[in-house]
Amino acid sequence: MGTAILAENLGKEYRIGGRQEGYKTFREAVVETCISPFRRARNLIMGDASGASGLKETIWALKDVSFEIRQGDIVGIIGRNGSGKSTLLKILSQITEPTSGYAEVRGRVGSLLEVGTGFHPELTGRENIYLSGAILGMRKREIVKKFEEIVAFAEIDKFIDTPVKHYSSGMYLRLAFAVAAHLEPEILLVDEVLAVGDARFQKKCMNKMQDVGQEGRTVLFVSHNMPAVTRLCRNAVLLEEGRILQIGPSHKVVSAYLSSDAGTTAAREWEEKRAPGGEIARLRAVRVRSENGETTDKVDIREPVRIEMEYDVLKPGCRLLPVFYFHNEEGILVFESNDMDPAWRKKPRPAGHWKSTVYIPADFMAEGIVYVGAAMVTLDPVLGQFDEHDAVAFQVYDGNTGDSARGEWPGEIASAVMPLFKWRTEHEQGHAMTEASGAGRAGAR
Amino acid sequence: MQEFAKNEEVLVQIRPTRGWVSLQLKRLWDYRELVYFLTWRDVKVRYKQTVLGASWAIIQPLFTMAVFSLFFGKLAKVPSDGIPYPVFSYAALVPWTFFANGLNMASNSLVSSANLIKKVYFPRLAMPLATVLSGGVDFVLAFAVLVGMIYFFGMGITANVVYLPFFLMLTFCTSLGVSLWLSAMNVQFRDIRYIIPFLTQLWMFATPIAYPSALLSDRWRTVYALNPMVGVVEGFRWALLGTNTAPGPMVIVSTGASLLLLLTGSFYFRRMERTFADVV
Repeated sequence: MGTAILAENLGKEYRIGGRQEGYKTFREAVVETCISPFRRARNLIMGDASGASGLKETIWALKDVSFEIRQGDIVGIIGRNGSGKSTLLKILSQITEPTSGYAEVRGRVGSLLEVGTGFHPELTGRENIYLSGAILGMRKREIVKKFEEIVAFAEIDKFIDTPVKHYSSGMYLRLAFAVAAHLEPEILLVDEVLAVGDARFQKKCMNKMQDVGQEGRTVLFVSHNMPAVTRLCRNAVLLEEGRILQIGPSHKVVSAYLSSDAGTTAAREWEEKRAPGGEIARLRAVRVRSENGETTDKVDIREPVRIEMEYDVLKPGCRLLPVFYFHNEEGILVFESNDMDPAWRKKPRPAGHWKSTVYIPADFMAEGIVYVGAAMVTLDPVLGQFDEHDAVAFQVYDGNTGDSARGEWPGEIASAVMPLFKWRTEHEQGHAMTEASGAGRAGAR
Repeated sequence: MQEFAKNEEVLVQIRPTRGWVSLQLKRLWDYRELVYFLTWRDVKVRYKQTVLGASWAIIQPLFTMAVFSLFFGKLAKVPSDGIPYPVFSYAALVPWTFFANGLNMASNSLVSSANLIKKVYFPRLAMPLATVLSGGVDFVLAFAVLVGMIYFFGMGITANVVYLPFFLMLTFCTSLGVSLWLSAMNVQFRDIRYIIPFLTQLWMFATPIAYPSALLSDRWRTVYALNPMVGVVEGFRWALLGTNTAPGPMVIVSTGASLLLLLTGSFYFRRMERTFADVV
C-alpha cells in the first residue's frame, strides 16, 4: 500500500484583528482617515487579503505539520478547539491554501466538513440530493445510480418531493448525511459530522463509517468523541496550537491526550486576542475550584466542587446564558447546567468582565475524569458565542472510606453519576413472613 | 468531480501560490456538471414563493419600456432611428436586463454562498459563471415578448438575426467579466454591494437604451463603444430591427473592451480566489 497523503511542514497563517495604534495628533487622524481608503483600495487591486477591516496581526493556525498517511488507513485527528484540526482538513481538501509547506494527496478526495453542505431550503428532497451530491463531487450518473439507496438510508421516501424547509431537523440531518455517506472517494476527510440525529441513526452512521474503512479507503476523521476515535481509527494525530504533539496508534494517542496537559487541566486562560468567542462575549478563563477556592484537578467524591468561567461582554444590552456541560471518559454527556442565577438571568448585561460559577454538590459526580465544556449563548436572538469542548478537566476520586455513595462496596460501578441519596430501611414488625410467600417472591425475581 | 478508472493515479499537489496564477480552465471543465447544477438551482429557486413567478422576467423590462416610452418617447420626443419607440427601447432593454441582473446577482454570489465556499472545494469561477448563466432563462422569456412586439408593430425580423447569438455572447462575456471583478472584490469589501445599484444605473444611461447612439458624432461613437454594452445594444437593434447601425468600428471596439474585461476579471478573480475561504 502506498502513501495516500503526505504533508511536509504545512503552515497556515491567519490574519486576525489587532488593536490599531491610537492617533497621536488631530492632523495625523485626519490624514490617516483620508489616506486609508486609498491604501485599502490599492491592497484590493493588488490582492492583499487584509480585508476592509484592515487586519494586521496574524496567528499561525497550523505550523510545521508533517506526516504521512498510508492508503487504507483510518486516522483520527484530535486536539482542543483551535488546535488546527479543521484548518488541516481545509488545506487537504483545497478549500484554503497553506501559507507554507507542501502536501500531496493521491486519489479522489471527498470532504465532509459539515452536514447538509449545499442544501437549499426551497428545493425538494429529491432536488437537494442531486444538488448536494454534485457539490460534494459526485457525478450525475453516480447520483442516479445511488438515488434509491440514499432515500432508503435517510428513511424519508414519503417526503422526497417536499421542500426540505418543511422537514423536521431530524429528517433534514438524515437526508444530508445519507447523501454524504454515499460519496465514494478514495480519500475521505470528515469533520465531526457523526454527532447528528438520534442515537439509532448515529449508530447507523458509525456502521457506515466502519464499512468505508473496511473497503480499503483512506479516512481522516476529526473528532472530539474519544471513544469513537479509538473504535474507528487505527492511528491518530494529536494537535496542539497548530503543531503535532503526538502521532501513533489511536489508543495511545487518545490516552496521551486525555492524561496530558492538553487534555486535562484544572484552569485555562486565554489572552485577549486568542480568546474564543463571538461579537458579544469572549471566553477568558475556565477554572475548577475546590471548596476552599483553590484551583484543583483532583476532587474527593465527598467534597463539593465549583467550576467558574470568566468572560468579557463586549456589547452591552444582551441577555446571556452561560452553560457548562460535563462529559465522562466514555464520551457520554453526563449532564449540562445552565446559569439559573436570578440576579442576571432576565436582565440585559452591561459590557465588562464577568464571572459565572456553578456549584456542584458533594457526592454527585461519579469517579473518573470529568471533561468540562464551557459555552455561551445570547438569548435574544439565540446566537452561540463560544463553545469550548473539554475546556478543563478534573479527576473525581473515591477513597473508599465507606461514607461515599458506594458505601462498603469495593468493586467497579459503571454509573454516570454517583449521587448520595437518602435511604430509609425499616424492619417492619408484625408482617409475619410465611414460607409460601417468601418462596413466591424469590421465584418472581 | 472526476470519475477515474480504477488504477488511474490522481495526484493533487498543494502548495502556497503567489501573484497571478493560471485560470485552470481544464479544472473548470471537469466541474461542468456542478456549473450545470448550480445554474439549475438558481433558476429553480429564483421565483420561489413569489406570486407572479417567472413573469417577473418580463415585467421588469416591460415596465421600464413603458416608462421610457412615456417620458423619453412621448414627452421628450427622443428620436428612435425611425422605429416605434417601444420596440426601439425594449429591444435594448432585453439584453440590458440580462446584463444588469446577471451582474447584480453574480456579484453577490460568492458572499451569499459563503458557507459553501468555507466547506467545500470547487473552482470558485463556477459560482458567478452559473449565476450569470441562470439569467438565460429570463432572457428567453423576455426575448419571446420582444419577438411578439416586433410583429405587433407590423415589422418583420431581418435576416441579420443570424448574428444575434454573437451579440448575446457579447452580453454574456461583459456581464461575466464585470461580475468576476465585483464578486471577487465583494468578498473583502462589502462596499461593492452598495456600489452595484449605483453602477448599473449610471451604466444604463451611458448605454443607448433610451436614446439612439446616432445622437453622437461618428468620431465620438467609437470612443463611446468602449462601453461594451453600446455594441451589444446597437447590435441587437441591427440584428432584429434592421437599424442602420451595422457592425463596424463600434462593435469591434465593444468586443475588444468586453474581452479585456473578461480576461482581466478572470485573472483578478483567480488571484483573489486563494483567500476567499479565509476572508468571506
